[in-house]
Amino acid sequence: MKIDWSRNDYSSIPYYLYHDESIYQEEMEKIFRGPCWSFVGFEAEVPNIGDFRTSWIGDTPIVVSRSDDNSIHAFINRCSHRGAQIVREPSGNTTQDHVCIYHRWCYSKSGELVGIPFKRGLKGEGGMPKDFDMKAASPKKLQLANYHGVLFVTFSNKSETIEDYLGEFGRSLIKRFMHKPIKILGYTRQMVNGNWKLYAENLRDTYHASLLHEFFVTYGVDRATQKGGVMMDERHRHNMNYAFASSDTQADANKAYENISGVNLDRMNLSDSKLLKYIREFEDGMNLAAPTFFPNGIIVQINNSLACRQIRPKGPDSFEIYQTLFGYEDDSAEMLRHRLISANLVGPAGFVSMEDGEAIELVQKSTKNDLNSHNIMEMGGRGEIKNLEHRVTETPVRGFWSYWAELMGVEAKDGVR
Amino acid sequence: MITEINSLIAQYGLLLDEDRLEEWVELFTEDSQYKVVTRENKIMNLPAAVIWCDNKNMIRDRIHSYRHVNEHNLHWDRHIIGPLRINPMSATEWQVQASYSLFQTNLEGRSILFSVGSYDFKMVVENNTLKINYLEVVSDTASFETLLATPI
Repeated sequence: MKIDWSRNDYSSIPYYLYHDESIYQEEMEKIFRGPCWSFVGFEAEVPNIGDFRTSWIGDTPIVVSRSDDNSIHAFINRCSHRGAQIVREPSGNTTQDHVCIYHRWCYSKSGELVGIPFKRGLKGEGGMPKDFDMKAASPKKLQLANYHGVLFVTFSNKSETIEDYLGEFGRSLIKRFMHKPIKILGYTRQMVNGNWKLYAENLRDTYHASLLHEFFVTYGVDRATQKGGVMMDERHRHNMNYAFASSDTQADANKAYENISGVNLDRMNLSDSKLLKYIREFEDGMNLAAPTFFPNGIIVQINNSLACRQIRPKGPDSFEIYQTLFGYEDDSAEMLRHRLISANLVGPAGFVSMEDGEAIELVQKSTKNDLNSHNIMEMGGRGEIKNLEHRVTETPVRGFWSYWAELMGVEAKDGVR
Repeated sequence: MITEINSLIAQYGLLLDEDRLEEWVELFTEDSQYKVVTRENKIMNLPAAVIWCDNKNMIRDRIHSYRHVNEHNLHWDRHIIGPLRINPMSATEWQVQASYSLFQTNLEGRSILFSVGSYDFKMVVENNTLKINYLEVVSDTASFETLLATPI
């Protein structure tokens, strides 16, 4: 595959990259089953021996499971025998092996094939060949890294360490969120009829946040006039959008947004504003912090609503956003309630998130008949990819594409990194 | 009272389907709650909701924001609400349960089953009118198509 990048800084992306089936298949192989570390969830989701969860890395079904020695494992959720899905429940706890229902092949909690009914046959007849190697026939195991309670997996044995993969950038941000034991509050999901990369881009596009999500602007949760910016790791594959509420005045904001059609700061007053209340809980004072991790993860703080999201691709034109809402074990009853009320901001019905699904579908729908045209991604400038102390930019989106191109083996000539 | 309860439920679906959302808000008491949760979270005993309005003002804000602030998928709603199970709690309080299907039709005329689940209402008489004092919508559909902007 050769891609006609019109520029070497990834500021113009051809539309077929969001639609082509063979490119999608290659992404599954080279990215999700490749050398990068994919975000899979939290250790707190499998706290006890025997706890398991099913998940997806790209389009590969996996099981995350805590075994008898308390270690956490990840393996492909597919019986070695005939390929049936082994674990069918989304989550649970088992004291026994995981058993495929088709022919009752058994797998240990760490994913090894440990039992085959009638392996030696019956009365000397039937059975598996004597030289059948159970160990070699076990489902593929993934490397799993538990970084301060956040779980990442990779299919490759040659990946860099999770510490190197995250960089100083990712390590410090994970520690920021995971500074004390978390508590899982629940899940929300939405299915979007768009290419998964449109969401990876959306999470790196700080330009859209205060334009599409008018609620953000109206209530000063996130405005381009606030102190904030974008930060990336050295390879520019991960990024963070951050902001400090109350760092601008209503007058600054009114002036900046006055000629923008469709955005109106005074459009409404909330009858009950408690969902906008922000109780300062991080030392850095940020009310909005959203670090993304290539290729499929993000941790999002919007005021006191905390969540992570996993992108689950379902084909070139469909993906699921799987969101896990969390708080902390030591949250008071009032804080827990406040987080649950604040969760009205995010998810499929979120005041500041519902628009993303619609915007992505509009792109997917209207680009599929003009595959060789290119989009424009020059907001924030062309050329070098670097950190910025403002958010009128799409620069981190170019960082995503630069690393995507490296993994796919299709970097632009003299492509920026 | 069974007639009034049936009529309130019919009105509930009708007002949503006819996009008369401001009138729909008036079916609730001031101290009422409106909650949309998923069946999977409920089974796992997890408290997170998809929407949680813990008083009528928050329900008003939802509708106001939908009308004036949020962008959403352009569509029509159609609620099909099943037979009611009515359980009197006192002389002025009823617990009412029903299954629902919510279909959405986009402006190109294509329809989907958007959400299927159950309603758990508490109804009370306020100023001689039967109103909703509590509603928990339990959506079996956990993975919402695109987004959820209009109430279920």
